[in-house]
Amino acid sequence: MIVGVASGKGGTGKTTVAVNLALILAEDRDTTLLDCDVEGPNCHIFLQTETRSRETVGIPGPVVDDVRCTACGACSQICRYHAIVSLKGRPLLFPELCHGCGGCMLVCPVEAIQEVSFETGTVETGVCGRLTLVQGRLDVGHPMAPPVIRAVRKHAPRDGLTLIDSPPGTACPVVAALRGVDCVVLVAEPTPFGLHDLGMAVETVRLLGLPLGVVVNRADAGDSRVLEACAERGVPVLAEIPEDRRIAEASSRGIPLLTALPEFRPLFADMWQRIVDLAQGGRAES
Amino acid sequence: MRVALSTSGQDLDGPLDSRFGRAARFLVVDTETKAVEVVDNHCSLNAAQGAGIQAAETVARAEVQAVVTGHCGPKAFRVLSAAGIKVYLSTAATVRAALAELDAGRLSESTGADVQGHWA
Repeated sequence: MIVGVASGKGGTGKTTVAVNLALILAEDRDTTLLDCDVEGPNCHIFLQTETRSRETVGIPGPVVDDVRCTACGACSQICRYHAIVSLKGRPLLFPELCHGCGGCMLVCPVEAIQEVSFETGTVETGVCGRLTLVQGRLDVGHPMAPPVIRAVRKHAPRDGLTLIDSPPGTACPVVAALRGVDCVVLVAEPTPFGLHDLGMAVETVRLLGLPLGVVVNRADAGDSRVLEACAERGVPVLAEIPEDRRIAEASSRGIPLLTALPEFRPLFADMWQRIVDLAQGGRAES
Repeated sequence: MRVALSTSGQDLDGPLDSRFGRAARFLVVDTETKAVEVVDNHCSLNAAQGAGIQAAETVARAEVQAVVTGHCGPKAFRVLSAAGIKVYLSTAATVRAALAELDAGRLSESTGADVQGHWA
């Protein structure tokens, strides 16, 4: 089973939920946590893992043979991402914008373009007891997260239990992190921004056709509009984590919530049960 | 000489847009004949990435020899340089004022980008 933990707004507590679920699950079974927030992976802050392996991730990009190129500009015209630009003379390359579609190679009439791999990030695997943490890290200066996210997701075991810490938002990186999971947990805070961005995240997850539920974090910090919106849209609320200064203090020291405050164990155990029901319900429906 | 000036307006009295890639449009002015054309830049304005590159392609296709704008990022500068287009930076309030600065020789040609990508 693969469970994605996501949110519309950033900083609502995705990592808190993902890490603490992973810790409680890994007490009695093999669990894999995929940190797919490759622009700012942070699960490792809370987990003392021992690094086992590291691999680099590359994206395909074009190189041009200056001798063959006739500067016809066909490559430039087909590239909608402006990764290859031909105005006067040989094309200029912006490999960081290339999406690797290969269109430039196809349209080049003199076969002057070849595809090579440009390094864009790394994937690191670490182990801590029965928990395996796989985290992706996008290299500084590279705008495209999805190839690194897909490389991280390849580490999900075929039959095991996997949790995904997704990037925030509703754009391509989120879709790459969530596509094909068994269910999605959206973490939301009860603020006007939290409510607005939760609405967008719900729409995104529904477009992906995935079962979803909401965890309200810092539940008594705002008002009840997030709960009302969930009820209106028929989205189950899986848990409410209260506003508690001690949680923030533990987080700021890199201590997992459940290590610092074991009294929250029943809340997370109950949340997990509801997540399992949600994922199985989704399977039964489909 | 044909010059492209970034603007959010429609004519010479419109404001000079300090952004190049994400300016709404360019006024292309022929400094000899004083003829003015409006060149739309909405595709670049709404692009997720590569706005500067696309805007540079747009002004290159408009066959200008120079660009006057507020700031120019690294990718746009690379494309403009490759197309042989000179870049002049101005803090003038309007397109007309920026053009006057250029005419008076008060603007010097940029030798590189003055801001990082994704500046605006």
